[in-house]
Amino acid sequence: MEHKQWNRRQWIQTTGAAGASLVAGAWPLGAQAQSPITIGVIYVGPRDDYGYNQAHAEATAKLKKMPGIKVVEEENVPETQAVQKTMQGMISQDGATLLFPTSFGYFDPHMIAIAGKNPNVRFSHCGGLWTAGKHPTNTGSYFGYIDEGQYLNGVIAGHMSKSKKIGFVAAKPIPQVLRNINAFTLGARSVDPKITTTVIFTGDWSMPVKEAEATNSLADQGVDVFTMHVDGPKVVIETAAKRGKFVCGYHANQSKLAPAAYLTGAEWNWSSAMNSIIDAARTGKPHPNFVRGGLKAGFIKPSPYGSMVPEAARKNADAIKAKMVADQFDIFAGELKDNTGKVVIPRGQAFKQTAIELESMNYLIEGVIGKI
Amino acid sequence: MNDIVLPVLWAVLGGAIRVGTPFLFVSLGECLTEQSGRINLGLEGVLVLSSMAAFGGAYLSGSAWAGVALAMVAGALLAGVHGVLCGLRRVNDIAMGIAVMMLGTGLAFYLGKPLIQPQAPTLQPIVLGGASSSAQLQAALSINPLFPIGVVIALALAWLLANTRWGLIVRMVGDSSDAARAQGISVNRVRTSTTMAGGAIAGLGGASLTLFYPGSWNELLSSGQGLIAIALVIFARWRPLACLWASLLFGGAGALGPALQSVGINSAYYLFNAVPYALTLLILILACTPHRRLQGAPSELSVQR
Repeated sequence: MEHKQWNRRQWIQTTGAAGASLVAGAWPLGAQAQSPITIGVIYVGPRDDYGYNQAHAEATAKLKKMPGIKVVEEENVPETQAVQKTMQGMISQDGATLLFPTSFGYFDPHMIAIAGKNPNVRFSHCGGLWTAGKHPTNTGSYFGYIDEGQYLNGVIAGHMSKSKKIGFVAAKPIPQVLRNINAFTLGARSVDPKITTTVIFTGDWSMPVKEAEATNSLADQGVDVFTMHVDGPKVVIETAAKRGKFVCGYHANQSKLAPAAYLTGAEWNWSSAMNSIIDAARTGKPHPNFVRGGLKAGFIKPSPYGSMVPEAARKNADAIKAKMVADQFDIFAGELKDNTGKVVIPRGQAFKQTAIELESMNYLIEGVIGKI
Repeated sequence: MNDIVLPVLWAVLGGAIRVGTPFLFVSLGECLTEQSGRINLGLEGVLVLSSMAAFGGAYLSGSAWAGVALAMVAGALLAGVHGVLCGLRRVNDIAMGIAVMMLGTGLAFYLGKPLIQPQAPTLQPIVLGGASSSAQLQAALSINPLFPIGVVIALALAWLLANTRWGLIVRMVGDSSDAARAQGISVNRVRTSTTMAGGAIAGLGGASLTLFYPGSWNELLSSGQGLIAIALVIFARWRPLACLWASLLFGGAGALGPALQSVGINSAYYLFNAVPYALTLLILILACTPHRRLQGAPSELSVQR
């Protein structure tokens, strides 16, 4: 697993040579439409975790089948100095010219540091962190509006909950997670405004024992529909199912794990995002720094409904989904208060999904029991 | 007030057993090993490998108890590597333990790749709270079937070490290998067998992780629980029964964070989540007095020399 330690001199030699050949070869290569490319994909956990990493690995598996693309992968890379070594190793040893460091914590300082040292390599980070003017142009971020999926999860949860208490097991209070919690709650409260969401933060992306404990504690409190934002939803789904509760999935389709409990889910579909970034790299176009998309662009998709979801709930959710695809639906629209009573979106204002303000969300809305 | 105190109390009590059971087995295994004068840091690796083996065994055979048996065998074998190699001359058991820990986790990750996705049969809980009307109480009293086994092992170890010839030999080897040799006892043989037995006991902790709670195999499943359990042995002053209480205390501490958040007490949850680790630190600080030997520590332990 460990890459050989690179030394500065050797590295200057190799990248210098690579840079020179790039400049020399720029003319003839520029005329070619699709040049061969080596792509590095880095995962924070195992590739088959039924979750975040699996969603990326599924898209990567499709890339491998495409002609002219060579893929190098490394899994279980922590969000520390280790990822810098991995990135540099992929660049120096495997000749990767486009990297997908997929975990949130890889961005700053790790990816930014390596990107500064390798101006000819393109970096696409999964998450919403890239800011124009602040970060180098050979880096960028791509992400999907999966809160649309979580809103639909919430609508179904709102129809299915008898106790009017629903639960959210979350890893860390970062904007993307908060946006999902809020969207899930808004979806459920669109069905019944009395519903509350209790959120538990476990503190890290993969804490199997703590996730199980969080699910049990919520079930003890009468929560009867669960969803989550952790890297591997398997534990929450199995634990909720064992307690006889319903669950909405996240990241990938987990219905096989608990067919009797799985209502629906918010799934990623990374292929289209990754392909647009790869095409730009292969044709020499500028690096797409800001790639976003939701249901409409096919970046995300809902899981098929479980057999226990009644017709009325399906119709309601499908109608909202159709509006989302037609760009006629705003999840975050005023007047919206946070759970301390402060107005966060004033009356009359509505944010489109593309609104950059939503990517720095730092509040939990009314109806969420929890604190950042 | 009752809305908050009682649920948290039940969650912590239930959590003490749910979360504490792996700690119990690993600390009992380490306790036995250290009583014979050897440290096995490799038990973290044993925990990871045996949890993978338990899941694999249950998945392939269709029986959770077959998984439990396989976990014990895997644990004993990996600990056996440590036991045999530490018997060689000039092998440091701390360094060896770290090597065994890495070997165990590496092997488990490698062999466990195809086991992340599937589901295996899990152990059925012993339901004690069936008569209670409270769902919380019922959940807290759905007990891990391995937990009573752990209690029996703790009691048995305590009695055997204190009252039998076997226990006397183990303690003598742990306190003075010279005395043991003078008695004609093979120090290496005793230590290797206690290390292996300790590995088998720790293997039960692995089985508890993958076959009961949380109940599936994942590479981040242990996240250092084995190491915490080893530190618990020092806290428990090498007494098996104290290992039981210490494990329950740590399990309860681990359950405190989520339980408080679920009832709406959510300020400073980072602090509550850190309670088990803060406890470990505190114990280590309290345990290291420069002036005297730790009470109850076998004098052959290399930390003591």
